Amino acid sequence: MTNSINEFQNAECIFVIGSNTTEQHPEIGARIIEAAKKGAKIIVCDARSIRLVKYAAVHIKQRNGTDIALLNGIMNVIIQEDLYDKQFVAERTENFDALKTLVAKYTPEYVSKITGVPADDIIKAARIYATHKKSMIAYAMGITQHICGVDNVKTVANLAMLTGHVGMESTGVNPLRGQNNVQGACDMGGLPNVFTGYQKVTDEPVCQKFEKAWGVTGIPRKVGKTVTDMLAMAHKGELKALYIMGENPMMSDPDTKHVEDALKHLELLIVQDIFPNETTALAHVVLPGCTFAEKDGTFSNTERRVSRVRKAIEPIGESRQDWQIICDLAQRLGYPMKYSSWADILREINELTPSYAGITPERLETGFGIQWPCPNKDHPGTPYLHKGKFTKGLGTFVPCEHIEPNEVPDAEYPLTLTTGRVYWHYHTGSMTRRTNLLERECNQNFVEIHPDTAKSLNVRNGETVIVETRRGSIEIPTKITDEIVPGLIFVPFHFTEAKVNLLTNPAHDPVGKIPEYKVCAARIRKKG
Amino acid sequence: MSTVLTTCPYCGCGCGFYLHTEHNKLVGVTPSQEHPVSRGTLCVKGWNAHEMVHHPERLKYPMIRENGVLRRASWEEALDFTARKLQEIRDKYTTESIGFFTSAKVTNEENYVMMKLARGVFLNSNIDHCARL
Ligand code: SF4
Repeated sequence: MTNSINEFQNAECIFVIGSNTTEQHPEIGARIIEAAKKGAKIIVCDARSIRLVKYAAVHIKQRNGTDIALLNGIMNVIIQEDLYDKQFVAERTENFDALKTLVAKYTPEYVSKITGVPADDIIKAARIYATHKKSMIAYAMGITQHICGVDNVKTVANLAMLTGHVGMESTGVNPLRGQNNVQGACDMGGLPNVFTGYQKVTDEPVCQKFEKAWGVTGIPRKVGKTVTDMLAMAHKGELKALYIMGENPMMSDPDTKHVEDALKHLELLIVQDIFPNETTALAHVVLPGCTFAEKDGTFSNTERRVSRVRKAIEPIGESRQDWQIICDLAQRLGYPMKYSSWADILREINELTPSYAGITPERLETGFGIQWPCPNKDHPGTPYLHKGKFTKGLGTFVPCEHIEPNEVPDAEYPLTLTTGRVYWHYHTGSMTRRTNLLERECNQNFVEIHPDTAKSLNVRNGETVIVETRRGSIEIPTKITDEIVPGLIFVPFHFTEAKVNLLTNPAHDPVGKIPEYKVCAARIRKKG
Repeated sequence: MSTVLTTCPYCGCGCGFYLHTEHNKLVGVTPSQEHPVSRGTLCVKGWNAHEMVHHPERLKYPMIRENGVLRRASWEEALDFTARKLQEIRDKYTTESIGFFTSAKVTNEENYVMMKLARGVFLNSNIDHCARL
């Protein structure tokens, strides 16, 4: 996030797109409701009537996969009506003319045809977002999990820059990170193209710095492979070994059959996790890691706050902290990593990472964490980014065209399937489904269907039906609700008994490699 | 009973809460009143975050696959086996025939050492995690 969680309640306008905030980020959802109660205007863009809709000034139900068209339409109105921030555009951005030219054709009428949203709603949303000073955008996987996910993100950024809603309190572009430490995994260089703090692997001085600190030579200067690429390589027999820590691609990745084939091709699959799951079932070696309660270290939340994780109990059974397992392996590989504790590791991170330099183990002992960038030990941390200047200088508008999803409904598969989560569960369910209260509240998968769709299929509420796509089929009970638009169906991905990722489309963004979980063509059949 | 201030393992909000323990067993969670995110509240997942830790299905010892089934192994054996196999594959093919999935669930420090293992020890940039999923 460019801004902080505690800025939401003071915003005047909050533009929520592709995020079921009250269910997936409850603390942020609560603040959006708090803001609404104080008079803030909430704009919700979602084909499902999520809880925030109750507080919304406008609810836009764009057809899944048409976010770029919608946002371009909003920018078209803002430029047409002269509501953009001319000073900000002139002083802090570049490439405005290209944006202006591209969005010219995205008139509300044209966008209405693509998205199914009434032109008036597009105009209304544009006016509200542009005319308030403190306007924040929040988005989540509903924006990124598309074949055009990267362009979606750029288009969101275009909108914020056009109106100057950047670099001030209660503004900004705020991706809500789904898992507790996705932010940290990215910050720590758990990506094919960067070291810690987003220092590029293609940058020679950076590579030399790491080589010197680690006492090695020959760190590759080229970008490695993504999860999606590695699975494809495994499928072709080009990847021979995979070391998976704390992930369950058999549940979380699209087109489960393809993933299974890929993993079965490996000569060596090492899985380090806390519970047995579909992925450990295929492993050659299983290494028991331990949970957050049994370890010391730090997590980085979605607002870049680095906070302490503290050990409350000794590891269960023979399980070990994940860092200790990796260090023990490194030792056997002839590269001793001698750390006596998490703090030694964080000190090394401090030395090698400018944005984490001042976030030392000592400072984290008291208080509630520090938000990066924090360049030195006296720096208080940074609640919001881009104050006065973008990191890279000028902000560049990158205008993007709408493209259709990879798979759209047709005569054979007339429905659109989208996936997500529910309040009670988390990700692949390996932890929440082992928690009594959560499992009691919600222990069965379901497919949400609009009453009209249900009627045309002649299915009843709670009836077990077959949902099929070109990749597979699952049996699942229906949940008939008018909180979803006709023609769209929704299935959460927590449930191993009815794995929705047997159905999803692995087509992915060419740059971000994010699979298109949010749209694929599907059909429903009655059982028997 | 003792209490420890820590960070929620679920969503990206990063609430702060106290874990309560009795005889090396977690017995409950209470939110931190002063924490800037949780402000004395938690969602239902946070309130129940202690429970799965003691679930009987936890993986409690290393395992190695033998004749198609996973069998219990000692740490020594499992680590020796893993290191030897990784070396064999690197020597037989290339280091790039190995991939590393790090994790959005583990700590920063653990992500860092996994990254160091891939880039520093295996001289390999094939490291990623499921941020996208
Ligand atoms: S308590 Fe709920 S809102 Fe807070 S971090 Fe945990 S899962 Fe997120």
